[in-house]
Amino acid sequence: MLPRLQYPLKYIFLRLEAWGDALFGSHYNPFYYLGALAWFNFWIVAGTGIYLYVFLDTSVTHAYSSVEYITHEQWYLAGITRSLHRYSSDAMVVLALVHLLREWAMDRYHGPRWFAWFTGIPTLWLLFFCGVSGYWLVWDMLAQYLAIDAMEWLDWVGIFSEPIANNFLTEGSLSDRFFSLLIYIHIFVPLALLFLMWIHLLRIARAETNPPRYLAIGTFAALFALSLVQPAVSHGPADLTKVPSELHLDWFFLGLFPLFDIWGPAALWALTVGGSMLLAVMPFVRRAPKKPAAVVDLANCNGCTRCFADCPFGAVTMVPRTDGLPFEKEAVVNPDLCTGCGICMGACPTTTPFRTKGELSCGIQLPDLDLPTLRNVLDDAVRPLSGKTKVVVFGCEHGAHLPGLRSSEVGVVVLPCTGHLAPSFVDYAFSRAGIDGVVITGCRDGECFHRLGVRWTEERIAGKRDPALRGRVPRDRIRIAWAGPLDLPKLTHTVKTFTEELSRPDSEARAETDRTASVAMTGGAE
Amino acid sequence: MNPLRLVGQAVIAAAVMTGIGYFSQAPAYQYFPPDHALIKLSLSHASQRLEPCRERTAEELAKLPPNMRRKMDCSRERVPTLVQLDVDGKRVFEGWRKPSGLSKDGASQFYERIPVTAGTHRIAVRMRDSARSDGFDFEYEATATLAPLQSLVLGFRGETGQFNLR
Repeated sequence: MLPRLQYPLKYIFLRLEAWGDALFGSHYNPFYYLGALAWFNFWIVAGTGIYLYVFLDTSVTHAYSSVEYITHEQWYLAGITRSLHRYSSDAMVVLALVHLLREWAMDRYHGPRWFAWFTGIPTLWLLFFCGVSGYWLVWDMLAQYLAIDAMEWLDWVGIFSEPIANNFLTEGSLSDRFFSLLIYIHIFVPLALLFLMWIHLLRIARAETNPPRYLAIGTFAALFALSLVQPAVSHGPADLTKVPSELHLDWFFLGLFPLFDIWGPAALWALTVGGSMLLAVMPFVRRAPKKPAAVVDLANCNGCTRCFADCPFGAVTMVPRTDGLPFEKEAVVNPDLCTGCGICMGACPTTTPFRTKGELSCGIQLPDLDLPTLRNVLDDAVRPLSGKTKVVVFGCEHGAHLPGLRSSEVGVVVLPCTGHLAPSFVDYAFSRAGIDGVVITGCRDGECFHRLGVRWTEERIAGKRDPALRGRVPRDRIRIAWAGPLDLPKLTHTVKTFTEELSRPDSEARAETDRTASVAMTGGAE
Repeated sequence: MNPLRLVGQAVIAAAVMTGIGYFSQAPAYQYFPPDHALIKLSLSHASQRLEPCRERTAEELAKLPPNMRRKMDCSRERVPTLVQLDVDGKRVFEGWRKPSGLSKDGASQFYERIPVTAGTHRIAVRMRDSARSDGFDFEYEATATLAPLQSLVLGFRGETGQFNLR
């Protein structure tokens, strides 16, 4: 059932992301920054919350009037701040849920990623709890409804000596002390949320918690505009002698409450606990073959730390040298954290296919696609080429389906991640394999399955990151064209036109390539 | 940046914000019918003990350490409590509640919500908190006029042994 839903959802996301690329450009596409945008909204909520707390009266008798003051008397500052507080919270829920759906659809929730997925579940629940506890503080009819429903829901568990819903029976039964407890809950639960958000990212190296400034400003401006157009307002004051009737729920946070009213506490507990358990076990029941983890060959490792710096999941650590060689550190791979992407191998300066003497090996490599194997794969891809112009396409197994590109002029090398490609292989393709041009492709920019493969590859080819592509390699004969699973037609077109350009006399081809080089280096498949 | 792109981005942002703005308060949810009122049965009552207390003899008391010489020897466990509630002669609630606590020595808790139409109603409540097999230990009847959306609490004070409406 779930896999049947997963692939259509992946298709939908890829389509939406393609539109996002077209509209925002890949560097500002909001779909690539869902988690970071959720963090950004958290900071808005936190900042506005601190300001609102200054004005909030923490007594049950005056809380409502203080919120009314915030909303109406000081609408120009505190009122807008209240609206920002509400809408950025709502945006955070939307972003977190879409983020969860997207990671699932893209199959990025199991293997070494189980930890982020697993810790994301309590993070989501704390987020909902933050929202609900915030609505209590207004102490209007909505707060009364939420408080009583929530307490009745908790009472069903039967762990309290007396129903805590009894605190909301009559006007006199709700004390300032209990109301202050609700306020402290709304302060400490967000702190716990922040802590869990930090835990959530513990196993992700270089996690993006800040969206690009352009997106951040745009998000804030949009929320600010919404706050001006539709200020957040309260219901009537809470009155425990009356029953709330028509309620304007914030469905992002409060959608479960009507289910409580319809189904009752037992069914809602079953739904929430059962749903959470289902989400929690998903990474462990997914039967995906585990790729062999990278292995370190100490004889070739000088402890340069590049694999450590480039690993997207923190699977490589540097420890004191153990083999007596005169280097300070050596790399160690934690197999449980390794996704087998090979980015570490692409980062290793000893990953070079040029060596002819002795065993071909490097400091860190994938057991199933080690240095000699990779060189053989490249040689095998090039050997059958018989066309006038020979092009080799390096790409990854998560982007466009590459084998279909093969022809008499085009050879294909599929890697677990394009970041696995050491720049020396590009050099080798030109200088030893007799290739006229190289196309480097992989997941869409911003959509890299292994997170950092696209980024590191671009920087290595551009000479901004070690190991950099050597200066002797003709840049005008390299085309970078990121292409996701839906972008094969565009990639096919790119490879075709590139091959045609290369087949023209040198001067023409160079001039043509120069005109498009800047676009090709940063854009997707054209 | 291409102006057309900017316009497109603005349209997307506006659409997303419209969605957030709308669902943050709509559609309205009708929680409770406006022509109804609510009776909340809320009582916390320690029922009688399962076995009656027994007075210790002087000999028994003498054997006990001085700080434990309580005259009455009582078992901890209490009997379950039964409550019946009728509105206008119709049974709207009947339920047994076990005493709380691991030793079943705590109070029995009742918390029930009974929606009724607004207007005047005859309310009758009965409670059995002893080991008797029929009849009730406490009974109460009252007529109450409930305004639309009024919340009326039907409680019980153990000190006076009387039900009350609040």
